[in-house]
Amino acid sequence: MRDIHVSSITDAVKKLCMEANYELEPDMLRAFDRALRTERSAAGKQVLQILKENAELARTRRIPYCQDTGFVVCFVEVGQDTHVTGGGLVEAIDEGVRQGYTEGYLRASIVRSPFDRVNTGDNTPAVIHTEIVPGAQIHIKVMAKGGGCENRSKYKMLTPAEGLDGVKEWILECVRTAGPDACPPLVVGAGIGGTFEKAAILSKQALFREVGSANPDPATDALEKELLDRANRLGIGPQGYGGDTTAFAIHILTYPCHITSLPVAVTIECHAHRHKEVTL
Amino acid sequence: MIATATDGIKEITPPLSDADVASLKAGDRVRITGVLYTARDAAHARLLPLMDAGQPLPIDVKGHIIYYTGPSPARPGEVVGSIGPTTGGRMDKFTPKLLALGLKGTIGKGVRSQPVKDALRQHTAVYFGAIGGAGAVLSRFVRKLEVVAYEDIGTEAIRRLEVEGFPAIVINDCHGGDLYQDGMKAFARDGA
Repeated sequence: MRDIHVSSITDAVKKLCMEANYELEPDMLRAFDRALRTERSAAGKQVLQILKENAELARTRRIPYCQDTGFVVCFVEVGQDTHVTGGGLVEAIDEGVRQGYTEGYLRASIVRSPFDRVNTGDNTPAVIHTEIVPGAQIHIKVMAKGGGCENRSKYKMLTPAEGLDGVKEWILECVRTAGPDACPPLVVGAGIGGTFEKAAILSKQALFREVGSANPDPATDALEKELLDRANRLGIGPQGYGGDTTAFAIHILTYPCHITSLPVAVTIECHAHRHKEVTL
Repeated sequence: MIATATDGIKEITPPLSDADVASLKAGDRVRITGVLYTARDAAHARLLPLMDAGQPLPIDVKGHIIYYTGPSPARPGEVVGSIGPTTGGRMDKFTPKLLALGLKGTIGKGVRSQPVKDALRQHTAVYFGAIGGAGAVLSRFVRKLEVVAYEDIGTEAIRRLEVEGFPAIVINDCHGGDLYQDGMKAFARDGA
C-alpha cells in the first residue's frame, strides 16, 4: 500500500486546471501549423493564424485561451495499491478545481442546479470518472470542456443492421450539425459500443489521445482517417467561414456490445482543446 | 457611423443608422470602436419580461450592438480577462424583440435561426461574428469595462465595454446574405 495524501491530489488538480487554460498542448499547436499548410481559404487561414497568436498571448500573459474556461472533466485512474489519506478523493479534486479557478482568474461557469441556475462561484463541482487499475499510482487527466461545443455533442442508438456505414454517416452528421456553432476546427471523440453510458464516457476519453497520433488499432485508424478526410470536405472550415479545416482529428474508442445494440456517442470538442495529465 | 479604412476594413462606431447597417454585406470585415454592451443567456432571460411588459430596459439598445460574451475575471491591473464570443443561437428566442426596440447589431459565433434572419431584414440590423475561442486576443481591444446591470449573475451581468478597433466579420446582413452558407458552398468538396 502506498499512501497518497489528498493535499497532493488537490495541488495537482489546481495546477492542471490553470495550466490547461493558459497553455494549449503541443499537439494542438502542431495541428494549427499542419492546417495552415493545407487550408485553401484565406479567411480560414487568417482564423488559424489568430488562434496561434491567441495561444501565445494566453501562455505569456497567463490569461485563459478562451473565456469559457470549461466544465472540469476528470478521469482518474486509481492504482489498487494506493491509499488516499487525509480526506476524500472527490473532495480533494473539487478543492483543486476551486483553488485553480479562483486563484487563476478563470471563469466560474457552473450553476448549482439545471433549474435555478445559480452560479456556484468557483466552477465546482467537477465531473469525475474513476477507474481502479493495477499499481500504486494515481493518474489524473483533466479536461476543461467548453460548453458551446459540448452543446453540439450527440448520441444515437443505431441497429446492428445499420452497421459501419450507419456509424460513419452518424459521425459525419454530428460534425455537420455542429457546424460553425462549436468553434471549428473541431476535435471529435466517438465512443462506439458498450451500453448507453459506456459509449458516452468513451467519447470523452477518446479526446485525451494526442491529436495527430494514430489509433493503435489499424482498422479503427483507417476509419478515423476516412472520417476526417470526409469531414474536411464539408467546407465548414475554421469558425465556419468556409474552408478545408473543419476538424483536426476524429478519435474513436470502441467496446464490446450487446447483440441487439450499436450505440454511438459523439463528443464535440472545439479548437480550445484543453487537456493535461499527471501521475502521482 | 461607418467609414471604410485604407485597408478595406469597415470602421464602425455605434450608434448605427439604418443606412449604416444597409451598407454592410456578409463577409465584410469590420473594426468596431466605441461602446458595446455584453449580455448572454441569463441577462436576456431578465430582459424578456421587461420587454413583454413594455418596461424600460437597463440599457438603451437603440442603434447599439450587444456582444454575446461572459468574460473571465481580470487580473489585477488588467481591464478584463479573456473575452471571446459565445454561441449566438442560444439568444435567438430574445433577439427579434430587441431588434424591434432598435438594437442594430449583435456579435457572437454560430448560426442564427430563420426568425432572427428575418428580423434582421425587417428591422435593418446585422449579426457579426467574432472569432470564438480567441478570447485572449480579443481582450486586447477592450479599453474600459463596467457592470451596468445584474451584477449578481457574475460573468453573465450586462457590461458596458469601450472597445477600440475590435475585429469582427459580418455573418448575416440585412439583405439576406449569410457568410456561413456562402463559405461552406465555396469550399465543399465531393466525397464528404
